[in-house]
Amino acid sequence: MKLELRGITKSFGALVANDHIDLVVESGEIHSLLGENGAGKSTLMNVLYGLHEPTAGEILIDDKPVKFSGPADAMAAGIGMVHQHFMLVPVFTVAENVALGGESTGFAGILDLEATRRKIREISSRFGFHVDPDALVEELPVGVQQRVEIIKALVRNARILILDEPTAVLTPRETDELMDIMGQLKAGGTSIVFISHKLREVKAISDTITVIRRGKVVGSADPSAATTELASMMVGRAVNLTLDKADATPGDETFKVTNLTVMNDAGQRLLDDVTFSVSDGEILAVAGVQGNGQTELTEAVLGLQKHVMGSIMLDGKELVGRSVRQVLDAGVGFVPEDRQDDGLVGEFSIAENLVLDLYTKEPYSRFGSMNRAVIARNAEEKVAEFDVRTQSAQDAADTLSGGNQQKVVLARELARPLKLFIAAQPTRGVDVGSIEFLHKRIVAERDAGTPVVIVSTELDEVLELGDRIAVLFAGRLMGIVPGKSSRELLGLMMAGLPADEARAQLDAPAAGTAGQSEGELP
Amino acid sequence: MSETQTVKEPTPPAKESQGSQVIREIMAGNAVISVLAVVVALVIGGILIAVTDPRVTAAAGYFFADPAATLSAIWSSVSEAYGALWRGATYDPTARTWQGQLGIFETLTFATPLILSGLAVTLAFRAGLFNIGAQGQIILGATFAGAVGFGMHLPPAIHLPAVILAGAIGGAIWGGIAGFLKARTGAHEVIVTIMLNYIAISLVLYLLKNQLKDPNSTNPISPQMDGNAVFPLLLGPNFRVHAGLIVAILAVIGVAWLLNRSTLGFEYRAIGANPKAARTAGMLVSRGYITVMLISGALAGLAGVAQIAGTEKSLDSEIAGSIGFDAITVALLGRSKPWGTFFAALLFGAFKAGGTSMAVNADVSIDIVAVVQSLIVLFIAAPPLIRSIFRIKAARREGASA
Repeated sequence: MKLELRGITKSFGALVANDHIDLVVESGEIHSLLGENGAGKSTLMNVLYGLHEPTAGEILIDDKPVKFSGPADAMAAGIGMVHQHFMLVPVFTVAENVALGGESTGFAGILDLEATRRKIREISSRFGFHVDPDALVEELPVGVQQRVEIIKALVRNARILILDEPTAVLTPRETDELMDIMGQLKAGGTSIVFISHKLREVKAISDTITVIRRGKVVGSADPSAATTELASMMVGRAVNLTLDKADATPGDETFKVTNLTVMNDAGQRLLDDVTFSVSDGEILAVAGVQGNGQTELTEAVLGLQKHVMGSIMLDGKELVGRSVRQVLDAGVGFVPEDRQDDGLVGEFSIAENLVLDLYTKEPYSRFGSMNRAVIARNAEEKVAEFDVRTQSAQDAADTLSGGNQQKVVLARELARPLKLFIAAQPTRGVDVGSIEFLHKRIVAERDAGTPVVIVSTELDEVLELGDRIAVLFAGRLMGIVPGKSSRELLGLMMAGLPADEARAQLDAPAAGTAGQSEGELP
Repeated sequence: MSETQTVKEPTPPAKESQGSQVIREIMAGNAVISVLAVVVALVIGGILIAVTDPRVTAAAGYFFADPAATLSAIWSSVSEAYGALWRGATYDPTARTWQGQLGIFETLTFATPLILSGLAVTLAFRAGLFNIGAQGQIILGATFAGAVGFGMHLPPAIHLPAVILAGAIGGAIWGGIAGFLKARTGAHEVIVTIMLNYIAISLVLYLLKNQLKDPNSTNPISPQMDGNAVFPLLLGPNFRVHAGLIVAILAVIGVAWLLNRSTLGFEYRAIGANPKAARTAGMLVSRGYITVMLISGALAGLAGVAQIAGTEKSLDSEIAGSIGFDAITVALLGRSKPWGTFFAALLFGAFKAGGTSMAVNADVSIDIVAVVQSLIVLFIAAPPLIRSIFRIKAARREGASA
């Protein structure tokens, strides 16, 4: 099935999210849409899937114009979509989820799941999905849940599959498995639209690459094109992807975490007996798939977690049991993982956000009264220094793009003399151009002699920044390895193998690599 | 790995519920919406006035013979009613006495407790709390103020300040309970303050039948306030407007400073706008809830002082009237800004002052005023309705992040 988009334009008020986009997806090809966050990739796919009506332009399937007034039309035309956030009912089984919306019923409206089960088994065995139709979705690993989404589309006879940032939630191994599946689907004649901003994956899997920037197609590229070339197309200027980073010159070990355990209210151990230390002038990158205890680790340091056992020593002072304000005053700079939820007050101005945790200090306030002139001047300086793109520092923070919001958070946290800098997902959802800048600032803080902890789920970032890399899995530390370790080693550790076992496995190739990642459930 | 989806960070104590988000949207509507809501409410009120006027009904009987007669009957009916309302609330040259001509001072008198209690709702709201309990806080404030006002006899320079302080403390206690329960147990302030309203009214009734009862009266009413314990009248004995108005205006200035200039207000606004970010920035969200409810309650308590030491002079169970509930509308209409609240309170004071004049001079039921007030709430609570009536474009937020 051939899909063609001609001159698709979608505007929201004054904002043009898609501007005359032309795109041809040939039958049985993997077509990647590469672009930064906010470039308009998802909007385009939502237009294609019938979720948005295009302002102008037309969609052609096998050279015939079609019009979708909703996802049902798109599905009927053979288009399937796997959203970045899964649309599954966690307490339903795989078969129930797949049947949802297209249930076949028998006598007196009794649900007939047998046909669905059969189809799932058939698809599962044809493409090697290994999905049990009777498993509860909430008990499945994320990678398998994603396959359920794919099955949902295939059961409805999707001939074109749209995958929206499918690898964002996967371990490296699961990503590899997804790539295999995509290859098999392609061999079976299904066309795939693969949306991503990860250059490595796009290069590995695509037949054709279309790059989108600011709502426009800026060109197509061959998968064999150099990474830097793709990146500069995506950003619109030359980008230096490799960070110029001198080797660390570690000083004293001033930040020590010993036997740290964090539990939730139910008594589950979300972080389990973690011990590590970071030296002055060193970056420790904490890797791991989202949700393996990283959030708890950073929040425990800041004093946001309730049930914390063990010890967190900074410069000889115990941080466990202190209030957030006391921890901040002890010289901790903290960039939370979710800047919109935890890092910024969206309706506050940029200037106010820049003093969100400094407002009680002179000169920003005196005797309980805020000094607006000083706050405004501080904002002007920081906006200039961190190149925050905004009309005015008095604009609300939620008018900024993700990258600029993150610059505001970083600017605030790096503003005072620090004894420890912790940043969780410092570049999530940030455009490539800003990433470069933010990374440089983080390294500069390291070079100034501050111990730095970076938590990231992006392997690229971990490898780029980390002088040493710690890997968390299910709340346990799988080990700390040097910064120049291989992706394979980190991938195995992220899937739950302790460092030495992972090394042993890599040293003995081809020996029982199958079923390793999913076999290890926490 | 199966926990990737289920392991989420623990819910912070201050997570916003769906309901508070709706309330936030309502409260954050812009000034245009407020003005248009008043206009639409007045138009519908006008329709009701016309429909219920027998002259209009009579003229409509021969509508097809003489449509102009119906229209002019409608015009005269509505313009008479609203004209009387306006004159009653501001200046009425036709009134018999010169005191009666100056309705503007009645407006100010009615507005005084509304300003104070409106500020109470406004302040709490900016910290993300919906204080429905102004009513109970007014009652407690009036009770405390009364206990000092008629229970003691102090020198003039001390007595009134003591009464004011007592009223503020009374309201602060009642508001503080809700704040404390919210901070410590997560009990929703809306539920708690509503319940505290009931407790307050029962408590004051009990006290009026026992400890605070006027021994010379058979009714549940307190003795008169001591002469030293009341607000001086600002314009002499011919007008009811009293020094409580000055307290109210000072409170507006104070709350405006608190919210916009002080570190405490910065904290409150941060907590109200994004409690999680506030917590991450080292603010103590629970302490914020407690202190803001103490201040909010104190402001409502001052409204109770304005009632008992300004206009009523003695305590009965009706001391708060409907002020505590009107205060919510006033804060809504004022978009939870201190000066917005001030002007909204003036408008509601005018409705009260002019309503009587409208009933007497234009023979329109005073209930129309209540209807108009309720319609204002309705239209403010439903901004999409106002937007669709006037085709105001809502700010689009989708698309950009796709």
